[in-house]
Amino acid sequence: MQYQWDFSLIFDNLPVLWRGVVVTLHLAAMCLLAGLALGFVIALMRLSKFAAARVFGRAFVEFFRNVPALIQLIWFYYAFPILIGAQMSPFMAAFLGITLNTAAFSAEIYRAGIQSLERGQWEGAMAIGMGRAQILRRIILPQVFQRMLPAFTNRAVEVAKVTSLASVISVQELMYQGRLLSSTYYRPLEILTAVGFIYLIVIYPLSLASMLMERRMARNQ
Amino acid sequence: MPYEWDFLAVLAQWPLLLSGLLGTIKIAVIAIAAGVIVGGLVAAMRLSRLWPVRLLGTIYVDFYRNTPGILHFFWFYYALPVLSNVSLGPLEAAALALATQSGAFYAEVFRGGIGSIRKGQWEGAKALGMIRGQALRRVILPQAARRMIAPFTERSFEIIKTTSLASTLSYGELLYQGMMVASITFRPLETYTLLALIYFALLFSLSALAKWGESRLQAY
Amino acid sequence: MTGPILRTMDLRKSFGELEVLKGIDLTVEPGERIAIIGGSGSGKSTLLRCLNFMELPTAGRVELDGALIGQVQTARDGTERITYAERALTQVRRRVGMVFQQFNLFPHMTVLQNTMEGLITVDRMPRQQARERAMAELARVGLAEKLGAYPSQLSGGQQQRVAIARALAMQPEVLLFDEPTSSLDPELVGEVLRTIHTLAEEGRTMLLVTHELGFAYRFATRVLYLYDGLVHEEGTAEQIFRAPQREKTRAFIERSSEFSL
Repeated sequence: MQYQWDFSLIFDNLPVLWRGVVVTLHLAAMCLLAGLALGFVIALMRLSKFAAARVFGRAFVEFFRNVPALIQLIWFYYAFPILIGAQMSPFMAAFLGITLNTAAFSAEIYRAGIQSLERGQWEGAMAIGMGRAQILRRIILPQVFQRMLPAFTNRAVEVAKVTSLASVISVQELMYQGRLLSSTYYRPLEILTAVGFIYLIVIYPLSLASMLMERRMARNQ
Repeated sequence: MPYEWDFLAVLAQWPLLLSGLLGTIKIAVIAIAAGVIVGGLVAAMRLSRLWPVRLLGTIYVDFYRNTPGILHFFWFYYALPVLSNVSLGPLEAAALALATQSGAFYAEVFRGGIGSIRKGQWEGAKALGMIRGQALRRVILPQAARRMIAPFTERSFEIIKTTSLASTLSYGELLYQGMMVASITFRPLETYTLLALIYFALLFSLSALAKWGESRLQAY
Repeated sequence: MTGPILRTMDLRKSFGELEVLKGIDLTVEPGERIAIIGGSGSGKSTLLRCLNFMELPTAGRVELDGALIGQVQTARDGTERITYAERALTQVRRRVGMVFQQFNLFPHMTVLQNTMEGLITVDRMPRQQARERAMAELARVGLAEKLGAYPSQLSGGQQQRVAIARALAMQPEVLLFDEPTSSLDPELVGEVLRTIHTLAEEGRTMLLVTHELGFAYRFATRVLYLYDGLVHEEGTAEQIFRAPQREKTRAFIERSSEFSL
């Protein structure tokens, strides 16, 4: 027997899916911004002259990269509130988990970018009396920012995908709405397939941008 | 009142955690093995001389790269049976989801490794009278293999971490068993902290092992 | 009567197990031009890089204009160690200019921006004033026409002259040249050496590490021959090049085939 596809309920439920997309984008954008900012601090710690800061930065990166993101979300939702003795909304738990995860990965992007610049650039700036912070801000970062851009865009792709895990702790983003609809209508095939295509539409432009940037940089070399 | 930690209550449930760990290792091994096969096929498609085959390979990779993993778990578990009348158990569905998506990522590792070999190597092999397959097997792959080790290891680690998503299909891997432990002991803080540490220990020791292995392979 | 501008006492530097400088005593009077020569591995570049603290000395003292750089700390057993605070070193580097073998220009800045950078970020000089100073220094090295160019658009010789202008703009009390022509194509060496020579005529205090012995001969008021981390022989250019007293010095001068007086 041929399966009768029924995509009409997708169109009927577009507003629900759209609400999910908005939450997904909202969560992804917040986690990306906060993760990039925190990641920069962690990268500075990893490059610090103080051993204690280096050890902490290294431990942070290794820990969050070597533990599944889903565990991090669940930990922040179920375990962290016990530790601080306060309730935590699913959105907040997801935000914290994904942000720390993103920070660990982006710290490595910053670090690799900063270290990719020849030592001579530091020395040239030191020789005219510039301090470390000045050198980083005026000499190093402007040169490596462009090199890091594709990696950051890739990170944005990963963040957008990781937000789907928040459905497990009931954040009402796209994946959550998809699961809810598919169990309500007993139409998992149409709904999950449609959700897949919605993710593709949202995320693919980012991948494309990163690919084009990489290609242009390769050509300019 | 400060929280009183009690890891002993959680550790008392070690048989559950151990079976979870074994479940994680089992599905990771299956997914990596199957993923390598899928990845090899997709990489071959992407390097094909026929453009429709290349296009198909590209679509496959782009699709998996731009959709979240958890979706594929649900799709294979809930949606595929509707389409094919084949009902999959949690392990089969999770392993299929992992293998197909890791296949896409491994394909990129293989293709990247082969692409990184200079054109002169192909030309040198051709000048000796080798055909494409021979050149690939005898000249290109031996050189490319070494460059693939690091990205291959990285991808495999991602797969091991992604196995935790199988818990959403009630497959008894580490996270799922951990959830059971948390609900038995009413100690989610200790349980999930312990889970994180177990994953960390597993992956960190594997990565140390991989680094050691890689350094041993630096022959030239 | 002023004292020496720069002075080192028993200066030592090790990289791990390897001791590169084994105790250098050096006194530089204002207006002196010192050429430092020696084979590879003799420690000549390391010595220069210790003078503006690109490398931190392992032991010994450096004095700039009579003031000791760093803080002396006396351990319980009476041994002295010198610790260096980053801020103090930054100030020393501000006063001691350096020109590198690899130029180390900032590729994302124009020639003018490169030359103004230190004045603006370190000296907090108003932009207009910094611009005038930078333009004057660029004119001095013959690059007044290239203000808006990026380093990648210049020849190696021009890039090195920008680097010299960038150092000059800070009005350093001492100028260090670390093999400034070693990475240049042979036909570009002359223009850089001529630029350095005009600075010599202005009476600046300069130290130069170089393989260009012919230039060292014409340039230097004093020559140091370094061997195995020590000053093996020193004297006027005439003494070192025409009548070296020690065997190793003589062998080095003879071996350097490009040297023609």
